[in-house]
Formats: sequence, structure tokens, C-alpha cells
Amino acid sequence: MITNILIRLLHRLPIGWLQLNHNRTRLIAAVGGVTFANILIFMQLGFMGALFSTSVFTHKNLSTDLVLLPSNFLSLREATSFPRRRIYQAESHPAVVSADPIYIGQVFWTDPVGGDTAQFRVLGVPPDSPDPIFLNKTIQAELPKLKQPDKAILDIKTRQLNPDITKAILEKGSYDLELNNLQFHFVGTFTQGGSFGDDGSIIVSTDAFMRLFRNRQPGTPTLALIHLAPGSDAHKVAREINALLPEGDTIAMTKQQFIDAEQNYQAQQTPIGFVFGFGVVMAFVVGLVIVYQVLTTDVQDHLAEYATFKAIGYSQGFFRGIVFEEALSLAILGFVPGLVVSIFLYAFASRATGLPIEMQFGRPAFVFSLTLIMCVLSGLIATNRLAHADPADLF
Amino acid sequence: MTTSPAIQTRNLSHHFGSGETRLQVLHHLDLEIPKGQFVILMGPSGSGKTTLLTLVGCLRSVQEGSVKLLGEELSGANERTLMLMRRRLGFIFQAHNLHDSLTAMQNVRMGLDVHGKGHGPEAEAACQHVLELVGLGERVDHYPSQLSGGQKQRVAVARALIGNPDILFADEPTAALDKEMGQQVIELIRELANQRQTTVFMVTHDHRILDYADRIINMEDGRIVES
Ligand SMILES: Nc1ncnc2c1ncn2[C@@H]1O[C@H](COP(=O)(O)OP(=O)(O)OP(=O)(O)O)[C@@H](O)[C@H]1O
Ligand SMILES: [Mg+2]
Repeated sequence: MITNILIRLLHRLPIGWLQLNHNRTRLIAAVGGVTFANILIFMQLGFMGALFSTSVFTHKNLSTDLVLLPSNFLSLREATSFPRRRIYQAESHPAVVSADPIYIGQVFWTDPVGGDTAQFRVLGVPPDSPDPIFLNKTIQAELPKLKQPDKAILDIKTRQLNPDITKAILEKGSYDLELNNLQFHFVGTFTQGGSFGDDGSIIVSTDAFMRLFRNRQPGTPTLALIHLAPGSDAHKVAREINALLPEGDTIAMTKQQFIDAEQNYQAQQTPIGFVFGFGVVMAFVVGLVIVYQVLTTDVQDHLAEYATFKAIGYSQGFFRGIVFEEALSLAILGFVPGLVVSIFLYAFASRATGLPIEMQFGRPAFVFSLTLIMCVLSGLIATNRLAHADPADLF
Repeated sequence: MTTSPAIQTRNLSHHFGSGETRLQVLHHLDLEIPKGQFVILMGPSGSGKTTLLTLVGCLRSVQEGSVKLLGEELSGANERTLMLMRRRLGFIFQAHNLHDSLTAMQNVRMGLDVHGKGHGPEAEAACQHVLELVGLGERVDHYPSQLSGGQKQRVAVARALIGNPDILFADEPTAALDKEMGQQVIELIRELANQRQTTVFMVTHDHRILDYADRIINMEDGRIVES
């Protein structure tokens, strides 16, 4: 059936396909190799994608046009702070409507019940600000509950969170937790999910944040949200605000720049981006070697036949065509199961890690392109062998 | 062009190896074979028969002297000219050299595909017809591994003839077959070639078929001794 389709397409017998199909063991080995390489690449990309998307969950959820950040900013996880005065300086720009300081820290928590541990990102925000702090409506609605400095709201998608806690908050309206030896009442929930670095997030008021982190002061926020008048050019205002901040310890940027900066840092500065990138390259090489091995052996085994074809007038290009036909068949036959298995593995890995490992829209196309390049490159190297097909050797 | 001989060599010499081990295997051969003849080349082992056949069959490049095939000079010809010339020839090798991944039918089709007319119902019918001529009408969908030695060689004959070659080259096509089967294959070649007025240039040791030949060429030590 496939043979007939290929005959229509190629206007000749699909020798490459027939050859592959004839030696089933070899075909299975080759397709298995391509599938394996595909799964590896998909998994690496899946983890890498999850890293990128979770690393900016917090950033994306902030309701803001511009942010003020310490000028040495690389990543929110390692962010230092800047003097609050800079916020007032920025507010002097006519396009600025409001500015709110945000404080960020990490807290390590041990569940006294089960002994589980979790690393939380803590966001200290002004609970009574008239300006929206978060895009997430649920969080925004919970903020007024934080006015007392012993209240907090909890990310219930926190990795491996004891479900009893979620249940208690949702049913009884409160759950008491000890953080840094201080009693907190968790009175609300939201859903966000952890990143590679943190298992989840907690949101508290600025006052609560200061109680929790003794060495932090209200005068040195981690970042500030700046809302602009409608119709302002965010990039232009950011430049102008930076001109208003000659001290050089603080920098204004758009929300998108903030997100990009974080992702660039994750991709380029952390070993994680490198590790997964390297994983993709290694999987590519493994696939390349397997396909090359199979194609070369196949060419080697058919040298006498190729020499015969050459003797009856086939050109060198014809044989290259055979090898590429094989490469293409392997790419397609290996990719399809690779994609299917990867979709299942994504669901599995996502459940196991709590990370949003998802098949992103363009990824199959990207991986298929890689597979094609992999197979065609292998084919290209394997065609070198064809020069050994000499019709004079036939007699 | 119509009057040019099928094969013509002038002062054709050939060497193998270089330096100390350089060995001259053909010595200044002058040969002319008109179109339509059935020519048998004989001679002791090592006398240079295969070498001559591969030279005039476009399978080996000409070193010294001249070879004209169907009026065209092969000496110094580029790979493309040789390739196009090969399409006008048919080859039957000592080993059948069928492709083991292709059925008998598909192997024969390879002989048509090279002319770009290997598909469509006419091609199918032509292949079927030739396979019937060689007595394999019932076995068109068999793979080489499912055929006997003689049947394989007959598929090879069908493949060589399907493109209606101007010249058919065969190098001991019956060497791998038993007497009876060999006889059948040779007769088949002769009959088909006769119908189509194909020039045949065949190396063989089989004395029983000498009667069929229009001409017998004897070689010894790289020289033609009698013709
Ligand atoms: N590729 C090669 N390299 C070196 N020497 C070769 C090569 N092919 C053939 N010869 C030598 O050239 C000579 C002629 O060989 P050729 O194969 O033409 O003989 P032949 O008449 O076909 O013999 P046979 O009847 O055994 O097939 C022999 O001495 C052989 O050893
Ligand atoms: Mg010989």
C-alpha cells in the first residue's frame, strides 16, 4: 500500500523503502533508534519549556506596565533590593499613575505533621492598595484578608502539598501554619504551581513580610509595580524614568522586558538551560549515529545491486535518492511513535513533578525538523559509501 | 550512423596495476562487430575476455586505443555519456545480481525505470510479457530468495531485454547453472535476440552453443588468435 503511494510520488519504484521493508530487523532497529532519540529530545524540551514557563509565573501574574528593579537584576530568585526613594522619584514622571512596592523572599517550611519540607516564595504586597497588584482575579479578591499581619494566602498547587491543608482552608476558612517560628493563619488560596527553584508561593502583607524576614526593611523593596496612564508608550516612559534615576542602583523596564530578562537568565546563566540544551544535542547525536549506522550497513549490503543498477544506466543521483528515501522513511516512521509516547510521558512527568510539562504548539514541528536534519545528515554521510559501487567489479 | 558497426575497437590495450606489478592484459586489439550478430568470445581463463567485455560495455574506462560503441567513442568520454550509453545496452552477469528486496516483476521494472517509463499499466504489461517469455509468468511476485538459480538467471535475462537494448553483453551467464538449465537460458537469449535483431556479445565456455553463433572469437594472452 505504502509502496503504491510512493510509486505515484516518486514515479519510480521506491527501492529505498522496499529495501528497508525487506529487512525487518534492521527497519525495527532503525525506527526504534529514531523514536528513542525523538523521545529524549521531546523530554528535554518538555523540561526546559516547563523551566521557562514556571520561572516567570510570578512575573506574568503581576498587574503592571513597568517594573522598577535593582539595576543588578538577573533573576527574581536572586534579586537584591533598591531604596524606596526611587519609587517616589519615578512617580514624578507625569505618565505614572501609581507605584506599589513588592517584597520577595524565600522561606523554608517543615510540615510538623508529616515532616514534609517545602521551599516557598513569599510575596509581600500592600493589601489595601487601590491599584491591582495581580492579574489573577482570585488573588486580587483575597488581598483584603491580608490586612492583619498574621494572615497569608497559599498556593494550593504547591508541589506535594498535604491535601488536608487545602481542605482545611477551603472548608474551615483557615489553617494555622508556623513559618520561621511565627504563627500564620492561612485564610485564602490561589493556584499557580511551583518552579524548579520553589515548590510554591505564599502571599502576605508588607507588614507580615517584615515580621517574617527580620533583616528586611520596608525601605528596600525587591521591585515596584508602576501603572501608567492609558495610552502611554511604556518603552519611552521607562527610558525617561531611567533618566530620572541617575543614582544607577535602580532600573525601570517594561513587564515584557522583565519576563525576557528572567528567561534569558534561566537559559544562559543557570546550568539548567545548558543541561537541557546539551541533552537535546546528545539525543540528536545518538539518533544520528544509529541512523548512520543502519544506512551505511544497508548501503554496504547492497553494493553489488547498486553496481548492477549503475551498469544498466542508473546515475549516482539515483543512489543518493535511495539513501535519502530511506532517511526520510525512517524520520517519519520514527517520529510518529516518538510523538505519541512523548505525549504520554509528558502527562506522567507532569503529574510526578507538578511542573507544567506540556506539548507546546510548535514543538512537534521543531522536533520533526530536527529528526529530518538528523536522518538526512546521516544519509549524506552514508552516501559516501556509494562511490564503492563499481560496475567493473561485477564480473 | 546506421552503417556504423555495433562494436569497433582500434589498437585497444589495457593494463592492471602499476610499477613493478603492472600487467598488460590486452594487446592492441582491433575488432569489429556489425549490428545484429551473435558473437561468442572464448579463450582460456585469464586471457582477458572479461576485461575486453567490460571495456566495450562501458563498465571500465578505456586506457589506450579506441572503442566505438554504436558509433560513439568511449575513450575519454565523461561519466554522463557512459551512463546514457549504458541505457542502450543490456547486461547479463555470471551471478544473477538481482535485488533481493524486489520481486521478479520489480527487478524487471528496474530495466524500464531507467528509461523513465517504469510505471503505468503498459509498463506492467511489458514486464509481464517478458517474464512470460522467459517462462516465469506464474512467478512474477516471487522474491529472488523464492526462485531457483535458473529462474533467477531467467529474471536477469528478462531485465536485460526489457529495455530493448541495441547490444546485449553476457559474461558466462550459464556458469552457475546446471547443463540443462544453462542450455535453456542460452537458447532463450538467442531466440529473443534473434526476434529483436539485438547484437549479442557473449563470453562462454559452453561448446554446445557454438553452433548458434554467427562468429566465434578466440583469445589467448590478451590477443585475438582466431576469429
Ligand atoms: N581488477 C584487476 N586487477 C588486477 N588484475 C586483474 C584485474 N582483473 C583481471 N585482472 C587480470 O587480468 C587478466 C585477465 O583477466 P580477465 O578477467 O579479463 O580474464 P578472463 O579471460 O575473463 O578469465 P576467466 O575465464 O577466468 O573469467 C588476468 O591475468 C587477471 O588476473
Ligand atoms: Mg572472466
